[in-house]
Amino acid sequence: MTALLLRDIKLSVRAGGGALIGVLFFIAVVAVIPFGVGPDLNLLSRIGPAIVWIGALLSALLGLDRMFQNDREDGSLDLMLMQEHPLVLTVLIKCLAHWLGNGLPLVIASPLLGLFMNMNEVAIGATMLTLLVGTPALTFIGAVGAAVAVALPRGGLLVAIVVLPLAIPVLIFGVSAAYAAVEEPAPFLPPFLILVAITMFFAVLGPLGAALALRNAGD
Amino acid sequence: MRLTAENLSARRGEDLIFRDVSFALEAGESLVLTGRNGSGKSTLLRVIAGLLRPESGKVTWHAPDAEEEMKAAEASHYLGHRNAMKTELSVTENLSFWRDFFSRRNDNRSLSVGEAADAVGLGGIAHLPFGYLSAGQQRRMAFAKLLVSWRPVWILDEPTAALDVSAESVFTTLIKSHLKDGGIVLAATHQPLGLEKARELKMTGFAGVMEEVW
Repeated sequence: MTALLLRDIKLSVRAGGGALIGVLFFIAVVAVIPFGVGPDLNLLSRIGPAIVWIGALLSALLGLDRMFQNDREDGSLDLMLMQEHPLVLTVLIKCLAHWLGNGLPLVIASPLLGLFMNMNEVAIGATMLTLLVGTPALTFIGAVGAAVAVALPRGGLLVAIVVLPLAIPVLIFGVSAAYAAVEEPAPFLPPFLILVAITMFFAVLGPLGAALALRNAGD
Repeated sequence: MRLTAENLSARRGEDLIFRDVSFALEAGESLVLTGRNGSGKSTLLRVIAGLLRPESGKVTWHAPDAEEEMKAAEASHYLGHRNAMKTELSVTENLSFWRDFFSRRNDNRSLSVGEAADAVGLGGIAHLPFGYLSAGQQRRMAFAKLLVSWRPVWILDEPTAALDVSAESVFTTLIKSHLKDGGIVLAATHQPLGLEKARELKMTGFAGVMEEVW
């Protein structure tokens, strides 16, 4: 299983992997916002956490469809389905590797984008923390969509649309926790803990659903 | 060790591809599937590998050291049309990944990555990215994947596609030595693999439309 984790991480950083593309897209989306909104620093810092979160959500959706499709196209998925280890575990490891390759770079890039949005240190820290906790949920939800669309040749947009409604709660609680850290009356912990709960919930449900979909995608 | 298939039928869409296929293979036996394109050879192999659900019938696997209820797929290697190797990774990385991923215990019949590459006659180029190899070399390396972790059953779908004559003879030697070690081989092929004593199952294809009323 460690072998699978290492292999998938290696693949995501080598040529053709999605790691860099996701980060570049994230930076592109957030970097154009100040140009569009104009040089109103107060406005920028007010919408900052939301924009960074939306950018992260969109770039997370970008790389999802390749999660299983690459393995299906070269036949690796067949061999993974045949093995003794539970498929759920294989899917979970693939999700982890996908997050380490695609989600974590977004989290690491987010402070830089926070500067673009004129956010203060607390807001940047809170956004980074909520992204760190929230982006795994996006990967786990996305795994189900990716598994459902695995047999479709151009499933990318479909995956994004299937996944988006389920990803909305992650966005809501992620952004509200990030705001709560800067705006005084609102407490930080409740939305943050709900975000943690969502991630843990989908960490269980996502691999189960994805494994079920992969088993039935047989052709 | 015994691999048995009882009354297997499989369906693609509305059509039954084959119906009531039964066989039993003991250690050291091989079964060669022949038949024209589209006659259901690959489908039968995928059913045996557990990748397709049969319409009826079942595949069972008995071995003295196997746990109860062990699936045939878990004792099998499947070499399909696609090589299941990553073009971005080197051959060594590919093979050592599968070696780690496959092996439940280190059997002394499993070869190391270097030995497996040597066995298919490509020992010198294992450091290259898999994508740099020619189609025939890729096929040979995909075959080396079967050697890095010992499994009794080999399910081979057109193993000799894209291969030259010398590679075919290498494959035949490897398949023979696998059978001598007590393995079981199922292969769908158009070229004769040169196996003596191989049983042949001729697939005719299109066993008729299901007579099932919805």
